[in-house]
Amino acid sequence: MSHDHEHGHHHHHHDDDDDVQEHRKHGAPLSEVELRVRALESLLVDKGLVEPAALDALIDTYETKVGPRNGARIVARAWVDEAFRARLLEDGTSAVAEHGFVGRQSEKLVVVENTPSVHNMVVCTLCSCYPWAVLGLPPVWYKSAPYRSRAVIDPRGVLSELGVNVPTDTEVRVWDSTAEIRYMVLPERPAGTERLSEDQLADLVTRDAMIGVARVAPSGGR
Amino acid sequence: MNGGHDLGGMHGFGPVDIERDEPVFHHEWERRAFAITLAAGFLGKWNIDQSRFAREQMPPAEYLATTYYEHWLFGLEKLLHDQDLVSRDEVAARLLGRVGAARPVADARKLKVEDVEPALRRSRASKADEDVAPRYRVGDRVLTRNIHPLGHTRLPRYARGKRGVVAIDHGVWVFPDTAGNGLGRKPQHCYSVRFEARELWGDAATSRDAIYIDLWDDHLEPA
Repeated sequence: MSHDHEHGHHHHHHDDDDDVQEHRKHGAPLSEVELRVRALESLLVDKGLVEPAALDALIDTYETKVGPRNGARIVARAWVDEAFRARLLEDGTSAVAEHGFVGRQSEKLVVVENTPSVHNMVVCTLCSCYPWAVLGLPPVWYKSAPYRSRAVIDPRGVLSELGVNVPTDTEVRVWDSTAEIRYMVLPERPAGTERLSEDQLADLVTRDAMIGVARVAPSGGR
Repeated sequence: MNGGHDLGGMHGFGPVDIERDEPVFHHEWERRAFAITLAAGFLGKWNIDQSRFAREQMPPAEYLATTYYEHWLFGLEKLLHDQDLVSRDEVAARLLGRVGAARPVADARKLKVEDVEPALRRSRASKADEDVAPRYRVGDRVLTRNIHPLGHTRLPRYARGKRGVVAIDHGVWVFPDTAGNGLGRKPQHCYSVRFEARELWGDAATSRDAIYIDLWDDHLEPA
């Protein structure tokens, strides 16, 4: 379905939503999927199976509180604190819990380290498992058929298209998250960042670098 | 099941397209689909493996032509119907604009707003406390079973009948291949198993590269 034909206004709390604005402008009917979601939500509320305020809290949590900045703080700490880095690679779950990052879709976290000799990248070929507690909800490309199909059979091709050229003598390791264990990549610290503070380092770390499909640039950027 | 979800190794989907400055949700209906799916999960009527299996049962042509939250919506509608919580007839009636009295559900364990944060923090779907002996040790050579069950499995098609080496023992976990089919938890060790790229994809693959897949004792035989 095209974006042009989606116009949602299921919920009065989100009146400023772009879709609603668009809907008002064009007065077009709701799409089939919008109608289905609205019908289901209203039934669940009427039956006492979901609480509207809880729905808003769930959305707010993953839209504004939990996201890749969590993971970036972990990476920056690991770069400046050798003991933390060792704990993180030994037991990722406990090390990120020190920062309060625990919970859903992160029952066990394994952190894998990129080095000059090993490049790690993470995929979930069967669904879209992703370490929510440290990276938030997954981006569309991670959930898409191109990435899920190609990451395991042609990782170097995918990386090359995304601008990451891995030398032939570097081993590529692809982690297919088929269980409840979640994987996060500890990217290489870029050269020339020796004088940066931990916060400045965290600002350089991108979501894609922690999935393993980008390198961290010394001047940041996505 | 050999469904449309089992994508590893397929060709023809084109390049990976990364959207710059992507929002968490692209449409209001995605927010609502996300939230009702999560909230309904806390009712405790199904486990995470059953929710994955529900999405996998979307017909392959439809699965490949729709987006992530449409998969979620399909799965949620199926689970609610199968658990006799919201029937397909009730949804159809609402779609036709008939806002009749909803058939109430007794004793529902509804997620309350004050429980959202603690519920998300302590969310533990699949780690098992049982003390079960591992069948393999790190470094052991294993052969994956060549299975094609009609039900749920976490052994991807591209890795069946393949030789690998146990790289990490993750401890004891619920077994999705039974739990997802309503056949019990069957707790057992889950391992990260390393497969050389050439074992999976043949000699055209790079000799240096490897794929690590999380698999359970029941997926593996000694090799």
